[in-house]
Amino acid sequence: MRDTSGFKSFRAVTLLLLGVFTVVPLYAMVTSALKPLRDVQGIFTWWPSSITVSPFVDMWTTVPLARYFANSLVVSGFATLASVILAVLAAFAVSRFSFRGRSVFTTTVLSTQMFPGVLFLLPLFLIFTNINAATGIQLVGSRLGLVITYLTFTLPFSIWMLVGYFDSIPRELDEAAMVDGCTPLGALWRVVLPAARPGVIAVAIYSFMTAWGEVLFASVMTNDANRTLAVGLREYSTQTNVYWNQIMAASLVVSVPVVIGFLLAQKSFVAGVTAGAVK
Amino acid sequence: MSAPTTPRVTSTPPRPPTTPTAGTDTTRPRRRRGRVTSRDHRLLPYLLLAPAVVMELLIHIVPMLVGIWMSFVRLTKFFLANWSAAPWAGLGNYRLALDLNSSIGAKLLQSFLVTIAFSVAAVVLSWGLGMMAAVALQQPFRGRGIVRTLFLVPYALPAYAGILTWNFMFQRDTGLINHVLADNLHLVGDRPFWLLGSNAFTSLVVVAVWRLWPFAFLTIMAGLQSVPTELYEAASVDGAGNLRSWRSITLPSLRPVNIVLVLVLFLWTFSDFNTPYVLFGTAQPPAGDLVSFHIYNASFLTWNFGIGAAMSVLLLLFLMVLTAAYLIVTNRRSSRA
Amino acid sequence: MTRRAFLAAASISALALGVTACSSGSTTSSGGGATGAGATLTYWASNQGTSLDNDKQVLTPVLNAFTKQTGVKVNLEVIGWNDLQTRIQTAITSGSGPDVLNIGNTWASSLQATGAFLPYDSAAMTAIGGKDKFVKAALDTGGMAGQDPTSVPLYGLAYGLYYNKAMFKAAGLNPPTTWEDMVAAAKKLTVPAKQRYGFSLAAGSYTENVHFAFINGSQNGGEWFDAAGKPTFTSDQNVQGVLRYLDLMQTDKVVNPSNAQYDNGTKAVNDFASGKVAMILNQNNADNSIVSNGMKSSEYGVVPFPSPSGGQKIATFIAGINLSVMKTTKSKDAALSFVKYMTSAETQKTLDKPFAALPVLQGETPVFTDNSVEAKTFQDIYATMSKPLPLVAAEDQFESTVGKAMSALFAKVATGGTVSAADVKSALKDAQDQVTAATGG
Repeated sequence: MRDTSGFKSFRAVTLLLLGVFTVVPLYAMVTSALKPLRDVQGIFTWWPSSITVSPFVDMWTTVPLARYFANSLVVSGFATLASVILAVLAAFAVSRFSFRGRSVFTTTVLSTQMFPGVLFLLPLFLIFTNINAATGIQLVGSRLGLVITYLTFTLPFSIWMLVGYFDSIPRELDEAAMVDGCTPLGALWRVVLPAARPGVIAVAIYSFMTAWGEVLFASVMTNDANRTLAVGLREYSTQTNVYWNQIMAASLVVSVPVVIGFLLAQKSFVAGVTAGAVK
Repeated sequence: MSAPTTPRVTSTPPRPPTTPTAGTDTTRPRRRRGRVTSRDHRLLPYLLLAPAVVMELLIHIVPMLVGIWMSFVRLTKFFLANWSAAPWAGLGNYRLALDLNSSIGAKLLQSFLVTIAFSVAAVVLSWGLGMMAAVALQQPFRGRGIVRTLFLVPYALPAYAGILTWNFMFQRDTGLINHVLADNLHLVGDRPFWLLGSNAFTSLVVVAVWRLWPFAFLTIMAGLQSVPTELYEAASVDGAGNLRSWRSITLPSLRPVNIVLVLVLFLWTFSDFNTPYVLFGTAQPPAGDLVSFHIYNASFLTWNFGIGAAMSVLLLLFLMVLTAAYLIVTNRRSSRA
Repeated sequence: MTRRAFLAAASISALALGVTACSSGSTTSSGGGATGAGATLTYWASNQGTSLDNDKQVLTPVLNAFTKQTGVKVNLEVIGWNDLQTRIQTAITSGSGPDVLNIGNTWASSLQATGAFLPYDSAAMTAIGGKDKFVKAALDTGGMAGQDPTSVPLYGLAYGLYYNKAMFKAAGLNPPTTWEDMVAAAKKLTVPAKQRYGFSLAAGSYTENVHFAFINGSQNGGEWFDAAGKPTFTSDQNVQGVLRYLDLMQTDKVVNPSNAQYDNGTKAVNDFASGKVAMILNQNNADNSIVSNGMKSSEYGVVPFPSPSGGQKIATFIAGINLSVMKTTKSKDAALSFVKYMTSAETQKTLDKPFAALPVLQGETPVFTDNSVEAKTFQDIYATMSKPLPLVAAEDQFESTVGKAMSALFAKVATGGTVSAADVKSALKDAQDQVTAATGG
């Protein structure tokens, strides 16, 4: 594209429109988090009547936010870790080996994405409680149940992304490593994974973001002790008041880890995602 | 699983012929044959797959089969405690869901049409904005990195944080939107409702696009990076303007990316549950009745799980047919091109 | 070497997963001896106080006292109303849930139909202190007529018409005794230019809407289900009752159209407490919210929700919270002794104040407010001007379908449309069809 004046005005207009569209809600979020309660109960004002950080302080007590934060971190962290490991192994198998059932596996796994999540809820609950009855491992009302659920939700897309990425890494690298005496798994660890780092980062970010933001299953599968942020944020509308300023403050705080992580790793994320689409 | 924060795909996309990327060795074609099949490693792929397969069976496949079974029985509150004894209903649930004369069937159809309109609008807008931004940011300029980072923030925010903020902004009396329209710009006299009535559809689309377009932007931008600049230079030497270049070079080069992107965006928005759930809460307006939430309403809130399951299966079939048709059409076109 | 590293990573993850499993809460209970001593009960409480945490703080000392008395431990979980019904459904499906739980008393018949709850037969009734200790109207809500109830009353609630004394005095009005008086008073006190309205309604809340569909329909003498349990939503009395309520916003114009967005009663109460409206219709637990929003209890008064002249004097349905025991409990005796404890006069007195509840036990005076006039008003309403919501299995579907239909009708009015009796009838017919389909009728 040449830098004609036509292009420059196109660019300016686009950036202005999209800039406003993106920024205004973020601005509302940030300023409302610094407003006293009466500001957010009345007509919207562009600037707080008095800047206060009390929402950031009160939000930890109105709702046990710290506990929910910790639960979300644990659940999302482990779900991500497990999802990445399983996806790497599976994608490596699909990309590097031909075996019977390969296409069945890929097609089935990807088609699971089409089934509406709401319908999994009750059957999944049934299965979890049956496992509990049979083996004593508690899955409902435990973080483990959520971890297992989330890692499985993110597996299909992760596997697809990684297969695309692994496919783009020349087989010669593996072969060279194996000629040197590595097993295939060794080749994976030593050669393929380092070359696939952007893809792995993409999968990790995707899994973390999914687990961090999931609402429906978290509301059913957790109890008070292991509730996550996604459900906990709804508790700011209590019987007596809707604490909008605290909701905004809490939303900001819970978004920080995900947003920062995403932005730092955006290049890798892009490379990983488009590997499957472009290459 | 309805989580529109994240990309999902529902079928293996066709692998396009390799487009040569600037700077890579284009003499060696990628090969997909030549996988390791030696006897020593015959078991290995199965072992590697085993954990993923177990998880998929446990969390996706078996519940899906149970869900399908649920659609064939009359699973209401009377049988919930003793669900294995629920009476067989055959196609009864399906007939009820498809009976356009009954209020259940008619409402399902309406929800379906609303969802299609919503998905089309959201996908077109998101793709359009993504393309505009990707093209606008194609050439470096001062501050480009910051702008790009800023544009990604709505996508990176957890779903509920962004949607809650829009709910706050759409409040009729106290929200930002009406404050701007009525008090600042004096465009309307009477403050309109955004979360009720027919405006609810617009609100839904706006919120969905706000969160979704950065992903389109990201994907297209990455795709643009692999379009060789020589092509643009050659075109400008031939006298082609920017618009012409875009039409003749950018679009065709992005075809493989766009095919997958549009499919993913559509499937995403079609099964979106979080956006209506968090935006409207319990007061769901008919203009914003998306099919995923409609099904949740029909099963959990009325204890009629059999019909909810039947509706889900119908939704699944529709999506499968649509995806298959889409891939056939796009495949045929690219083989003709 | 690489394989070892890989296996190490895998085993660490497995271990970590195991750790996260161990460090989470439990929803199963352990059985106890025949007397129940040494058992552990899981109790799901509903949100009655100002926040889930508040409920926990109020209940914990009460539960500790129970443990001291009987040696039975109680694991408490407070669940918000958003999630309670879904949690109960999943508990019923899986057979694994709490031992004792709170339910909205209007759910009692529906939940009874699932067969998952313990019927209070004569033995169980004796174990909890006998059925005669309860106010009869309250006990009647425990289940379908003619069967052993599967829930007993815990907290009583009733609707009242709260009015702003200063506003009424300034306009020279007396608290209304008929519907017509009430509308006239509201009209006088409505000044849209000053954002002042006669009424604030939770017009977007399906639960509030259906409550008033019922009350207004009953004032006309209408029934929502016939003797055989079939829905009769479209009777003229019901249609007119619903229309009358909608007309508060539509033709009387004493309600701010924005109220169509209010999806819970809290927002309406806020309007009242901040002086934006003159009257609200709320259950007696509004007192806590009103006071915490800055209004003094001497500044408002309560009268029964009036009927039209010549109509039946029904001011409320019998609202409240009941206590149920799940059949799957492993410690039946401990559970019953817990129910006995929670419904004993002493515990009731302790809990009625923070939860703003009316007593469900005979002969008790309300303690939820210090205002004795208000207390007596509510007690009268509860005992003499109340009617239970339909005691049928499809009650919950009645609530959600009719309630949502009304929310949609309010939204239509608020966004400039008109709703006629025919529109109301057709919306109620839709609701009726859905209920018929869901009950396999």
